[in-house]
Amino acid sequence: MIDPITLMILGTGMLVALSGALVGSFLVLRGQSMAGDAISHAIVLGIVLAWMLTGAQSGPVSVIGAALAGVGAVLGAQALMRSRLLAQDAATGLVFPAMFAAGVLLINLNARNLHLDVDTVLLGEIGFVWLDTVQVFGLEVPQAAVTLAVVTLIDAIFIAAFWKELRLMAFDPGLAAALGFRPGLLGLALLVLTAVTAVAAFEAVGVVLFLAFLIVPAVTGRLVSGGVGAMIGVAVVSGLVAVGIGHWAALTWDVSIGGSMALATGLGLVVALAASPRSGLVAARIRRRSVRLEARVAVLLAHLHAHESTEAEPEECTPAALIEHLGWSMARAEAVLIAAQERGVVRREGNLLHLTEAGRALAVAEARRTERAGIR
Amino acid sequence: MLSPTLVTVALAAAMIGILAGVLGSFLVLRGQSLLGDVIAHASLPGVVGGFLVSGGRGFAAVLTGALVSGALAGLSVQLLRRGAGVKADAALGTVLSLFFAAGVVLLSVAQTRSGSAGLTVFLFGQAASVLRADLVPMAGVGAAVLLTVALFWKEFQLVSFDPVAARAQGLPVSALETLMTVLIAVTIVLGLALAGVVLMVALLIAPAVAARQWVRSLSAMVVLAAVLGAASGGAGAILSALGQGVATGPVMVLMACAVALASLMLAPGRGVLARAAEQRRRRRELRGTQVLAAIGGLSADHGNPAYATDKAMLDTYLGADSGATLVRLRDAGLLREAPPAAPGGATPRWELTEAGRAKLAQSSEARE
Repeated sequence: MIDPITLMILGTGMLVALSGALVGSFLVLRGQSMAGDAISHAIVLGIVLAWMLTGAQSGPVSVIGAALAGVGAVLGAQALMRSRLLAQDAATGLVFPAMFAAGVLLINLNARNLHLDVDTVLLGEIGFVWLDTVQVFGLEVPQAAVTLAVVTLIDAIFIAAFWKELRLMAFDPGLAAALGFRPGLLGLALLVLTAVTAVAAFEAVGVVLFLAFLIVPAVTGRLVSGGVGAMIGVAVVSGLVAVGIGHWAALTWDVSIGGSMALATGLGLVVALAASPRSGLVAARIRRRSVRLEARVAVLLAHLHAHESTEAEPEECTPAALIEHLGWSMARAEAVLIAAQERGVVRREGNLLHLTEAGRALAVAEARRTERAGIR
Repeated sequence: MLSPTLVTVALAAAMIGILAGVLGSFLVLRGQSLLGDVIAHASLPGVVGGFLVSGGRGFAAVLTGALVSGALAGLSVQLLRRGAGVKADAALGTVLSLFFAAGVVLLSVAQTRSGSAGLTVFLFGQAASVLRADLVPMAGVGAAVLLTVALFWKEFQLVSFDPVAARAQGLPVSALETLMTVLIAVTIVLGLALAGVVLMVALLIAPAVAARQWVRSLSAMVVLAAVLGAASGGAGAILSALGQGVATGPVMVLMACAVALASLMLAPGRGVLARAAEQRRRRRELRGTQVLAAIGGLSADHGNPAYATDKAMLDTYLGADSGATLVRLRDAGLLREAPPAAPGGATPRWELTEAGRAKLAQSSEARE
């Protein structure tokens, strides 16, 4: 039986991972990952300003203030960029540090009255979520988890409701606009959701670690799968697994729980990088090799076709000629010959190599294609 | 009044400001501002790792560690982009957050060791953490960085503005880019203790963006960025040292960003306000030319150079109220009011002066 504290920490972490993966997938697809970075930093100013104006330390006012600040950061950077005085990267790099710096400064100046301190803002305190609990259906549940659950639900409903539009917007904003889907408005809604999710998550894992849950699982999903649904699925699973592994590692080595969970999201990425059938490095290597082999088989066919039924045939259409005339190594020539025979395009009679019917057709087709390309 | 600590802090901050201004200029021109953000965040595990390995918060250990992890971060971004085809922004965000997470984990390990109390200052920077003993090595490394920039000035200039031309001239472009990135990483690492990993990027970008507003050449931009960086860095550090328990990074960054914002707004020529004024001036000039041309055209149609045009007619002709433009043109001596056609005529009439006719001829000539 897992003790309730562990359960609370794990539950909170998993909600962070879940909401992050849902929103983050669309940010990554739209190429707005760094907007997520900007938003998660800028919300700090929003939270502090909301507190200074209304005295609300949490709850809807705080969330609204934070969301406004987050979206304001992105829109502010876009407005700066539209003035053409500076590029997008510089605009982003100017706006969100300024807002974050202002937020941190205000926290510093009001340290005595505000429940926030700057280390919490940056790193979160998921290890202490069990200190602040509420009763839900007779169960003791961390406040942070309740907020996160509500936000996750909103995220899920939004994505389910606008599934078609979001997918279209991610891949072809031009077409989405032409079909009357208002991609600008939907993009804005996505930014608002990102900000709201960041607000809910930052007390648990801090603004920078939230970025790991937002982006890394989504990138992992993108590496593994081509479809949006499968991508989100992979992102959610890899985020949840990372929370479990990170928690276990943190307890084992007695290190920061939030940091360890965020770092563990990298494990999924490493696995995907190495082993993904779609864009993993291993798969890419295998693919490169097979492409190279195909190209060499084509060269072999062209060579045989060129010398077929000529005087030079007994000399050129032999394995030795491949080594001497094409400059192939023994091993390469062997590999290509085996591949060609396996495909049934080359027949071997003693020392002589012949094209089969299929091989001749392929060689002719290839020659025609080269010719056409040459004319063009 | 000027305590030795304050002088130390101000000197260090000004030094960082100079370096950040110089190298930030190249960063901004090459469109890699966010790479600076990534390197800054990614140096956290290196800083803490350097502490763990060497057992102290020594200058050399921290610098080396941060450089190593910064380099690893740069390589990881390359690997994700080229090796796996991840989009640039996603690759940056991934590397930034994972390295920072690693830094947080290492930080929690280090906090169990003795002598680690000063490590969290690297998050936001703390002016008081800069020791007088650090100034000399800092100045040495900083001078080496500036000297390298001076040595490779021509090459850096060409690579920043036109990498294709640089490659065509046979320059080792990727080696030069790597060198620039290394210099930027060194600058970031030097600034960490003051500005912190989270905010360092703004210190690189803001002075460069501000300087770009005022000058046109790279050399002037670099010099001005260094001056602005030094001023906002020094002033910010002093201000934060005067306040109680105020982290240095945010104040320095806010100063630099305020300078950048003011420059974006106020600079002559490129500034937002100057551009708006220029646009207004051009619009007025166009309205003036339109009114002159309309009056001139009507008088030509009537075969009477002294033909006076009724204001109501002019308004209908142009589809807008021409009152303000007419007054402006009269004040410029290009038009004059003519007496009403009939005694008690409803609206005033206007005719071209000599100067107005000359101006009209001039502008129609220019059009041809």
